[in-house]
Amino acid sequence: MSAPLLEVTDLVVEYPGKGFRAKPFQALKGVSIDIQPGETVGLVGESGSGKTTLGRAVLGLAPVTGGSITYDGKEIGHLSRSQRRALSSEIQVVFQDPYSSLNPSMTIEQILIEPLTVRGVASGEARQRVATLLEQVGLPVDARSRLPREFSGGQRQRVAIARALALDPKLIVCDEPVSALDLSTQARVLDLFIEIQERTGVAYLFISHDLAVVRHISHRVAVMYHGEIVESGEGDQVTARPQHPYTQRLFMAAPVPDPDQQEERRVARRALMTTTVEG
Amino acid sequence: MTTAVDLPTNIPTPPVKTSLMRRIVRRPIGVVSLGILIVVGIIAVIGPYIAPYDPNKASLQLVLAPPSAAHPLGADSAGRDVLSRLLVATQVSVVAALLALVTALLIGVISGLIAGYFKGWFDSVSAWFTSLVMALPGIVVLLAVRAVVGPSVWIAMFTFGILLAPAYYRLVYAAVTAVRSELYVDAAKVSGLGDGRIISRHILSVVRAPIIIQSAIIAGIAIAIQSGLEFLGLGDTSVPTWGGMLSDGFANIYKEPLLMLWPALAIGITSIALTLLANVMRDALERTVLVRRRRRRAVATATGSIAAVTTSIGAVTGSLDVDAASAPVIRHDDDVRAAARAGDTILQVRDLHVGYGQDDGSTLEVVHGVSLDIRKGEVHGLIGESGSGKTQTAFAVLGLLPRGGHITGGSIDFEGVRLDQASEKDYTAIRGRRIGYIPQEPMSNLDPSFTIGSQLVEPLRKSLGLSKKDATDKALSLLERVGIPNPKRTFAAYPHEVSGGMAQRVLIAGAVSTDPDLIIADEPTTALDVTVQAEVLDLLRDLQAERHMALLLVTHNFGVVADLCDRVSVMQQGLIVETGPVRAIFGHAEHPYTRSLLGAILDEGPARPPLGTLLTKGGAR
Amino acid sequence: MLPFVLRRIASGIVMLFVISFVAYTLLYLSGGDIARRILGQNASQDVVAQKAAELGLDRPLLTQYFDWLTSALTGDFGRSWFTGQLVSASLSSRLAVTLSLVIGTTIVAAIVSVVLGVLAARRGGWIDAVVQFVAVIGFAIPGFLIALVLVLVFAINLGWFKATGYTPFATSPSGWVASVTLPIIALAIGAIASVAQQVRGSVLDALSRDYVRTLRSRGLSTNRVVYKHVLRNAGGPALAVLAVQFVGLLSGAVIVEQIFALPGMGQLSVQATSSGDIPVVMGVVIIFAIIVIVVNLLIDLAQAALNPKVRLS
Repeated sequence: MSAPLLEVTDLVVEYPGKGFRAKPFQALKGVSIDIQPGETVGLVGESGSGKTTLGRAVLGLAPVTGGSITYDGKEIGHLSRSQRRALSSEIQVVFQDPYSSLNPSMTIEQILIEPLTVRGVASGEARQRVATLLEQVGLPVDARSRLPREFSGGQRQRVAIARALALDPKLIVCDEPVSALDLSTQARVLDLFIEIQERTGVAYLFISHDLAVVRHISHRVAVMYHGEIVESGEGDQVTARPQHPYTQRLFMAAPVPDPDQQEERRVARRALMTTTVEG
Repeated sequence: MTTAVDLPTNIPTPPVKTSLMRRIVRRPIGVVSLGILIVVGIIAVIGPYIAPYDPNKASLQLVLAPPSAAHPLGADSAGRDVLSRLLVATQVSVVAALLALVTALLIGVISGLIAGYFKGWFDSVSAWFTSLVMALPGIVVLLAVRAVVGPSVWIAMFTFGILLAPAYYRLVYAAVTAVRSELYVDAAKVSGLGDGRIISRHILSVVRAPIIIQSAIIAGIAIAIQSGLEFLGLGDTSVPTWGGMLSDGFANIYKEPLLMLWPALAIGITSIALTLLANVMRDALERTVLVRRRRRRAVATATGSIAAVTTSIGAVTGSLDVDAASAPVIRHDDDVRAAARAGDTILQVRDLHVGYGQDDGSTLEVVHGVSLDIRKGEVHGLIGESGSGKTQTAFAVLGLLPRGGHITGGSIDFEGVRLDQASEKDYTAIRGRRIGYIPQEPMSNLDPSFTIGSQLVEPLRKSLGLSKKDATDKALSLLERVGIPNPKRTFAAYPHEVSGGMAQRVLIAGAVSTDPDLIIADEPTTALDVTVQAEVLDLLRDLQAERHMALLLVTHNFGVVADLCDRVSVMQQGLIVETGPVRAIFGHAEHPYTRSLLGAILDEGPARPPLGTLLTKGGAR
Repeated sequence: MLPFVLRRIASGIVMLFVISFVAYTLLYLSGGDIARRILGQNASQDVVAQKAAELGLDRPLLTQYFDWLTSALTGDFGRSWFTGQLVSASLSSRLAVTLSLVIGTTIVAAIVSVVLGVLAARRGGWIDAVVQFVAVIGFAIPGFLIALVLVLVFAINLGWFKATGYTPFATSPSGWVASVTLPIIALAIGAIASVAQQVRGSVLDALSRDYVRTLRSRGLSTNRVVYKHVLRNAGGPALAVLAVQFVGLLSGAVIVEQIFALPGMGQLSVQATSSGDIPVVMGVVIIFAIIVIVVNLLIDLAQAALNPKVRLS
């Protein structure tokens, strides 16, 4: 295998405790993960597992207390804001909430041009680029003069993807990007992610609570629980034949959309719960 | 693949950005108050030049002279021309108020931005300083300053500006703190924007309008305090001011009450104009913010909000063609399992329409004729995407539609009681005792100010008439039944002290506490983690079997439907499109919409192969 | 609960120290040559120096402040430079007048605001429109202007009330009521405008909460939910506004006392200010600061009683 694009080693993130002399809260307790160029690594976990914190640490939005994050061989865990800015054309983000991730008072064009002007792209060229980006994510060109509130959740998520693509990044951190979307919209947005990856070779760190979503998009999958990675491996193996008891619980807990299969799974889950309780 | 399948064909194009100014002048009150302020402003500039006399020239002959041709407003107690004094005083009073305003604005806004955006020590220091300044009544500080430096309008107003700064500081601080946690600010940081750019582009634009509104209010306060000080006789008597003139009028209230009228009018009208302007601006602004907030909630909760429905209606009016609306519901016959549960019908909904009254008097219909039968002891799933009207249907049955919502047609029959015609009083006998409700969001559905126990005991005493002790015992045994490890502790706890999963168990305990025959559960597991969801589903299944109650389960999750339901109805755009036993729907759905939903389920799809294999495949091709 | 109370009391005491020190420094330092101001321009240099020594003004600032502080802690705020009266004596005789005015206003404003605010939020329609109108007018017109109008109409034209003067409660309760009615109305209108508006807003907000629907789904009537659950949750924000209004009322009282010639703190402070009687001004500042800090502490305690999150954190 070639050198990883991103390598996270023994990462620790602590937040100061609330109140006087309170113990700091350890959101990540020594997490290691790597992503190859062009690869999707899925990160599964429940709320409070630390999966979002890991994404934010890679983006430079969470304080790194220990361990290292290297991107393309360079340490990026402790960069200053201005050093970090240079990375903006390398690492980008798509957030979960398509409502709060776009400034409601800016038009789609202003939103998409913003990262380009920071990079010093001339305005004529930038406008050209906006048209290409909109086309890439399947939005009509006349969307550029509209405000985010005129779009549905799925369309907003397409705008957010276009913004992430604006600077041709090599890695996009996707934090639950389809969780707020309806079932049918969710499938289409996921396919857009895959299509973009196959065309541009961008890598994804894809964070989700949903095993099915992660299975659909990830080459490799890591499972987080209480700030640690408990299992990782190839997508099919982790999402269909999990080894770790927690992943098994997670797998069994998700109801199958088929009454008869779900009945079987329910029985199996109850059996598993009794054995883990006894063991 | 990149065709925009989820793009509505006809996006309504509301005005992109209407400036605050334009929205103000569209309202009569806005125009009038703005007009008054402009006149006051003009007088403030030209007043000294158009004054017919020297405002300080006293004349013994004119002492308390009534209005005359030469002196249209008469003369004051020193025989000075009132009109001239009023014109000159306008300038002094306005400039003084502006001085206080600008001082407060500069200090408050800058420190609010710094403290709110960067936090750290500056935040703590300014928070402390703010509470210090606010611990003193303004006028007392002004009196102390006056005692030290003597009468000076300007120093007094500068000091007052400092005292007013917290009004801006708090406003800006709160706004900045809120914006700072918005994801678009994080996205801007990731895009490489510097702090200066983020503040000017994303933060100032949010606080600008509230600052303008606050300024109108602050200007009014500054005018009031400034004239108040002058009225007390603590100002510089050589300068004519509104407050000083008022004081002179008050001293002669028995001899010449008219003297008080002019300065009082000047102060009153200016203050009212400022307040009204602020109100008009706030109204104009709040309307847009309200819409935004509603829509956001629509996504956050995915239910219960009309906005979500409104958006989707706007998006689908083109595609909701006549034959779709009038097409018959596809009904599957009972299979063996469903027939085994077939008892009497407990709830019969016929051709239900639900609408929301709009500002313009029209009604926006969100449920377009839903018919539904729920049998005794069955679990009936109502499945659909956001905006399909499933939650609205559920609330209509409970008689708990949000403000503005009402049943516009059809009937709801609950064991012989016509719920669509039921009064609030009729419902009191039904809700709780006969029909229970399990909400979606566990936390927001418990009153944060009362203990969990008291929220369980209160309905038990009210609707079952239990004694306090009996109700407490029953609540404790219910908590134990729903799997809460330490019922006594949870009973005494406040909602914020328990986890979301525990809170949902408490809500389930509350719903079954009064032994209803039908429970309406609105997305009862959507807000929960998947492992907790599995436990809550188990609990619901056990309780349902134990108590033989019917359950109407509103959800968007096919897994949940497969786990619990006997029969299912599929909703799309305010209509039921297909209904039948759960196996028939999963096994041989007929309606294209049901099929497309089932097709979008990811669970059964193959996993993506590892990256390496993909590359070799690509190489081999 | 107890740690919370102790923390609040401690921070109040610290704040009082800071206010007293800053006020002392400003008043005594930047006042220029105090001894000369007392004695007048014609006094000789020697006499001025003697006076300064007599007042202790020739010592370092910190020593002076420490002296003032130790006597202040025993209730001795010094003597007026002009009348020679004990500052504490004149303060205490006037405090009762101001407090009866301000507390009376607060009670009236709180009751009226809750009634109006709840009615406006629940009934809507014309009641709401009236409340909105009163709110705008009450907020816009300065209290002293309202006071002047009241004097003109009810005291001078109609003669229903005395225009000026104060009758202590102990002398004649009915006389006391008659002497404070107009001032309280003048002060209360502005406070009601703000507080009623806030009550209306927070009741509307609380009514739209999910738990209201859930409680109703258990068979509780809407009225019961409103009076037990909604009002309690709406109380916090309303109390916060009432606290801010209280500070405003103290300011308002200074002017209103002047209009109705009530012998309160306001009148005292205006006299002391115009004559430059620093010890009296200092005493007034401290008394006002103590009142505000105590009231804020009480409001905080009330907030904690209403809101378990505040109490338990």
